[in-house]
Amino acid sequence: MRRLVLVVVAIAVAGTACSSGSGESLTLYSGRSEDLVQPVIDAFTAETGIGVTVKYADSANLAATILEEGAASPADVFFAQDPASLGTVALAGLFDTLPSDILTRVPERFTDDAGAWVGTSGRARVVVYDSTVVSPSDMPLTEDGFVESVWKGRVGIAPTNGSFLSFVAAKILLEGEAATKAWLDGMAANDAQKYPKNSPIVDAVNAGDIESGLVNHYYLLRSLAENPDEVGMNFFFTVPTAGSLVMPAGAGILATSQSQEAAEEFIAWLLNDSSQRYFAEETFEYPLVPGVAANPILPAIDTIPTPDISLSELATVLDTATDLVAEAGLL
Amino acid sequence: MTSGRTVVDIGSVGDPSARRDRQSRGTTPRAPWWLWAGALAIVLPLAIAILALGLRVFDATDAAWNTLLSSRTLSLIWRSFLLTTLVTVSATMIGVAGAWLLSRTDIAFRRVWGVLFTLPLVIPSYVIAMVLISSTGRRGLISEAVGFEIPSLVGLPGAWLALTLSTYPFVYLITSAAMHRTDPALEEAARGLGASPTRVFRTVTLPQLRVAIGAGALLAALYTLSDFGAVSLMRFDAFTRVIYAQYSGRLDRTPAIVLSLALIVIAGVIIWAEYRTRGRGTVFSKTPNRHYTMHHITGMRRVAALGSLSLVVVVGTVLPLGVLTAWVVRGISNGAVVSIPWNAVFGSLSGAGLAAVVAVVFTIPIVVLSVRYPSRLTTLLERSVFVTFSLPHITIAIAVVAFTVTWLTPVYQSMLVLIVVYASMFIAQSVSSAKASLLQVNPQVEDASRSLGRGPLATLTKVTIPLMKKGLLAGGALVFVTTLKELPVTLLLSPPGFSTLAVRTWAAADELLYARAAMAALILIAMSVIPVYYLSIKPREVS
Repeated sequence: MRRLVLVVVAIAVAGTACSSGSGESLTLYSGRSEDLVQPVIDAFTAETGIGVTVKYADSANLAATILEEGAASPADVFFAQDPASLGTVALAGLFDTLPSDILTRVPERFTDDAGAWVGTSGRARVVVYDSTVVSPSDMPLTEDGFVESVWKGRVGIAPTNGSFLSFVAAKILLEGEAATKAWLDGMAANDAQKYPKNSPIVDAVNAGDIESGLVNHYYLLRSLAENPDEVGMNFFFTVPTAGSLVMPAGAGILATSQSQEAAEEFIAWLLNDSSQRYFAEETFEYPLVPGVAANPILPAIDTIPTPDISLSELATVLDTATDLVAEAGLL
Repeated sequence: MTSGRTVVDIGSVGDPSARRDRQSRGTTPRAPWWLWAGALAIVLPLAIAILALGLRVFDATDAAWNTLLSSRTLSLIWRSFLLTTLVTVSATMIGVAGAWLLSRTDIAFRRVWGVLFTLPLVIPSYVIAMVLISSTGRRGLISEAVGFEIPSLVGLPGAWLALTLSTYPFVYLITSAAMHRTDPALEEAARGLGASPTRVFRTVTLPQLRVAIGAGALLAALYTLSDFGAVSLMRFDAFTRVIYAQYSGRLDRTPAIVLSLALIVIAGVIIWAEYRTRGRGTVFSKTPNRHYTMHHITGMRRVAALGSLSLVVVVGTVLPLGVLTAWVVRGISNGAVVSIPWNAVFGSLSGAGLAAVVAVVFTIPIVVLSVRYPSRLTTLLERSVFVTFSLPHITIAIAVVAFTVTWLTPVYQSMLVLIVVYASMFIAQSVSSAKASLLQVNPQVEDASRSLGRGPLATLTKVTIPLMKKGLLAGGALVFVTTLKELPVTLLLSPPGFSTLAVRTWAAADELLYARAAMAALILIAMSVIPVYYLSIKPREVS
């Protein structure tokens, strides 16, 4: 037994020793997953010699953690999947303002109004559908059409997921609370199928369990990369609506960071051509820096109709969005 | 292994009433202070953090109270309760039946069966759920294999099946360990008098196992109550799902806190119920570990026995391993880059390994206090670790983040805190296992040691701990495999740069990178095979 304990302790010490580094370093909170962004971070370290220690978790949970930490936060940079999580931290006043040479690299609509965060890649809201039973001509003009009885029980949504809540928040900003409530109630009454997040919706469409679902555009592309036989297709709404919103993943620098310069260098790295190309080619997102081409199988970002709202305001109605989703019985 | 046991044959053993008499005469000695110090060192930190979280109820907003008092909350409590009951019943039936078949009958290859039967324990419940979902339904694996449509597994049936598979090994392991410790003489006597195997099981074996079965069932129930991964993927509206949704969907965190406290109340009721219905039937053996003559089952019974074992093993072990392997192969053949995430391998090993060691060390004072110094306080102490076990991990994570960042800033997000939290979250398992062990050690052995001049500490280290070693090691193995699967606490409390295989599996599956997710899951399962091999085989080597 003693030997067993010794072995375990030895492995543990070796394991913890491995994770400590030296030299100039940054602490990054990443709501984007290790599989997607670690290669970009490794390239940054190789180029600049600045080590990056990353804490990976869900974007919304990391935002809540940063609020909890307040001034004691060990994070230098928060790299999040959605503007609502970034906005949560920005609203609490915990971000520094980014320098304008970073902010101006991407179109204004993908940056925070006060310059607290900058978008790094774009993610379009789409409808994923089973191409063996539905054709694009069956699709409604906007998401409002899914409350019609023909869609009863055939549509999947992820009501507790960050990107769906951001979409609901956008709908509140765009159409007001009453219209959004009516839509959510309508979806609930129309037996919309509830999933915990986007990925199982895409799986369910591919498996033939449901015919369509409200998701972000890139999930299907990743699933096709591993299994080209999948039957799902993406549909992009052709009129501006909350359902056609392109929401950026983005990053901001914590006001409490002691390594502002390295942090700025890191965010600038996310916006250079090679990182932007990586996001286009490897994670199937939209690059946001003009001049870098999106994946050719996607419609150009300029052709996606843009609803007229400020992404900086999403976080201000996030709690209302959750309340409405709960009131509709969708939580 | 058996050397320490031969001393048991002293004086009148075989009757627990002797022990009870001693207690009821009020001669229970006062517990040494260092036992209390050790027990409180592991129980208090997390308890204080959770109480501190509880105090935030006073900041609760209207939104929080509206959420708690809505009719929907009531229906969620009912649904969680229903799921927990169904899972506990089926997990207990499968676990006890498996334990009996694999420890009391002459079925061939019992060791191999034992490992296969235990393996679902180490597969994260959300991986089991993912596998079941992808295998059923219109274009599911099974439907395509058998040529007709198997209905999709969703909602209550799906959550019930996934969680039954995840939890029956608790009952199986604790029950079969207890079977090996009970005296086969009684069962053999009953058989000699002509009782059928069923009758022997019902009237002789079962009553001796009540404590063990109850302990396993309690772990199964509380695991189900705290599970989030499987219920959310199966789209079953359970209480934990709403707590998670409230936590991640708002700036205001009080609704999540108020709902968590409601869950603590439900867990308290379950723990209290188990305590009230617990039997006291513990039998000290004069000749423990004596060779047991196995039941010889023949004909249709043998077919039925092997058939049901195979069914459980195929659904719970073969199917997940097969589907995970298929995902890796499919991904690689379509060009996915899959490599071994060494950082996560080290993280898993160090996190789970240290958690197991810490849990085992601190289990000793808790178990010794509750068994040898029974009182209201020691009972409360022992029961409190089960409350912690039943909490949704996100609640624990929020509580510890808030507490350490405010009061213990230097150790915030340190390995130390992560390990202590792991150990105190899962210590209920090692307490269960070690307690069952210690209950079967006759206290007169320790009395003898003391009367021969050894002090309480020397008696503990030289007599008590060696006698409960098997229970402690089995408990450590349980803590190791459950820590390997842990997700929310790891995500929020781990130091930056720390990663585990469970995290990699979850994150990759979230991005639909199934080849990578499956690779990480397979390594995680492979890592658990050694402790599982130990758990399922060691107790059997006694004859």
